[in-house]
Amino acid sequence: MHFDWHPVITTWQMIRRNKMRSFLTSLGIIIGISSVIIIISLGAGAQSLLVNEIKSVGSDLIGVLPGASESNGPPASVFGINITTLKYADGQAIKSRVPEIVDFSGYVRGAATVSIEGRKKEASFVGVNANYLNIESTEVVSGRFFTNEEDNSASRVVVLGSEVAEALFNFSDPLDTHVKINKETFDVIGVMKSRGSGGFQNQDNEIYIPLNTGQKIMLGINYISLMRLKVASGADVDSTVEEVKKVLRDQHGITDPEKDDFSVRSQVQTLDTLKTLTDALSYFLAMVAGISLIVGGIGIMNIMLVSITESTREIGLRKAVGARRRDISIQYLIQTVVLSMVGGLLGIFFGVLISWLVSVVANYLGYAWDFVITWQSVVLAVGFTFVVGLLSGWYPAKKAAELNPIDALRYE
Amino acid sequence: MIELINLEKDYTNEELVTPVLRNINLKIAKGEFLAIMGPSGSGKSTLMHILGFLDILSSGKYIFQDKDVSSLDDDTLAIYRNQKVGFVFQSFNLLPKTSVWENVRLPLLYSGGLVDEKKVDQAIASVELTHRSKYLSNQLSGGEKQRVAIARALVNNPDIIFADEPTGNLDSRSGTQIMAILQKLNAEGHTVILVTHETNTAKHAKRIVRIKDGEIVSDEKNDEQIIAAKTELVK
Repeated sequence: MHFDWHPVITTWQMIRRNKMRSFLTSLGIIIGISSVIIIISLGAGAQSLLVNEIKSVGSDLIGVLPGASESNGPPASVFGINITTLKYADGQAIKSRVPEIVDFSGYVRGAATVSIEGRKKEASFVGVNANYLNIESTEVVSGRFFTNEEDNSASRVVVLGSEVAEALFNFSDPLDTHVKINKETFDVIGVMKSRGSGGFQNQDNEIYIPLNTGQKIMLGINYISLMRLKVASGADVDSTVEEVKKVLRDQHGITDPEKDDFSVRSQVQTLDTLKTLTDALSYFLAMVAGISLIVGGIGIMNIMLVSITESTREIGLRKAVGARRRDISIQYLIQTVVLSMVGGLLGIFFGVLISWLVSVVANYLGYAWDFVITWQSVVLAVGFTFVVGLLSGWYPAKKAAELNPIDALRYE
Repeated sequence: MIELINLEKDYTNEELVTPVLRNINLKIAKGEFLAIMGPSGSGKSTLMHILGFLDILSSGKYIFQDKDVSSLDDDTLAIYRNQKVGFVFQSFNLLPKTSVWENVRLPLLYSGGLVDEKKVDQAIASVELTHRSKYLSNQLSGGEKQRVAIARALVNNPDIIFADEPTGNLDSRSGTQIMAILQKLNAEGHTVILVTHETNTAKHAKRIVRIKDGEIVSDEKNDEQIIAAKTELVK
């Protein structure tokens, strides 16, 4: 018993004779596979970025957003739609009636141009309560955060994000200076600790003002766009979420839970929702990239058909010296599978390389971006290229095998 | 070894039937050097293709080594082409950008089993091209290319070597060399069947069959060659 090497030898000879063509034949597959690998990897990297961001806020938080939502989807307010039903008073009611909630903060948000002595910085202002540091488990590096009194009296005080402070003051001390936020003048009372970029927001490019100041002076509204509730340690988060919902229904006069005008999510639920969203997005993009693999396969088939036409006399010669139909078809089938799989392996190599470079650059820029290559995506890529090779080689191989040796030898 | 009985061959193109060979009766014994002569379009190449298992007959019988070739399936015909016969074509038909050695090895790739590299070396040596073994086919002269084609035809030590206008693309000196090699192979026991329209080439054969309009018009011994061969033997 021996292994029949002749189709391998013949394939090697044919690829060697047409190096450039072989490379171009594989190029479609190289691009297709590397695109799929990159998209799946970037999807996983982006997911890790968001997950890390949420985890960094703390897993003992419950978020309340205005507007209803499907069980797994985000509420409308996430997409920038203003809903005015959620009030600061709702938070006070929750805190007084749900013992598991130990603290809460309301949030409003807006765009801010922060300026001082001709220097300007575009940033976001966030109106929060005085207990914000406790809620989000963060701290100030210099100065202080504002007090309840300052919040209640809608004082014009601001705590700068580290990036804003650096941009406006370089490395000099910003405390006790006055900055203009849009058209209002604020006292700088503190600078936040750097928290890095993450998710959709760069928290270092935010400035923090009292909630009342944000509502009344900056935005002229009486509602809040987000509420975060801190759950007592050891409390059951799921049952607390249900209690919070009950209070909100009472507050908003809702009797039918189907008609809730708010969404309550624990961080765990938010993580699940995000994973569902990012998974769906990356699989959709991978499918789009997968179409390029089909195009690559058609490219291989096309070039193999041209190659067969060009090699008609050679096929005739091979038949004249004893090649059987299956020898010819196997030879072309192996050739397409080899070209496709070599393309696939190169695609994996470039896909992994580019994904790795993206993660290195993202980490360098301060994003908590994980480099993720799943073995499933690699196995899928290899399997797919094998199938593409077989499918795109089948018809040309059949056509070559069926050539009449005399007609083939006479082909001009 | 070969017997053709009332062999006929037609080419059918849609409704149009073109007769190419008519009522061919021919016996060829082992060790013969036969030239099939005839003008262009007379059917001599078609006859060679049928004899060489490349084409099938329309009616009649082709008996090869006591077997009716019409009863053989595609795979068996491929084995016959690989083991029993070797072809030398007018246009050489070498694999492009491929070495002499690899070209000569080609039939062995389809023989099953491991390739016996010695057979390749011996075939190349028999046409005196050992020094060109590693050359690519496009680096050779016409005469050398045809010698490579002969080595390829020989490598499986076939019973019959078919040569279709083997000197047609060569200068007279190279042509003479090729014919000398074919004569030598015949002397070593190979049956050689030559297809040509040139009298100068055919004169090297010991028997000449003439075809015209698809029919055999004469079948005679070439006494000149027989005498020369006998003289050679006496020497």
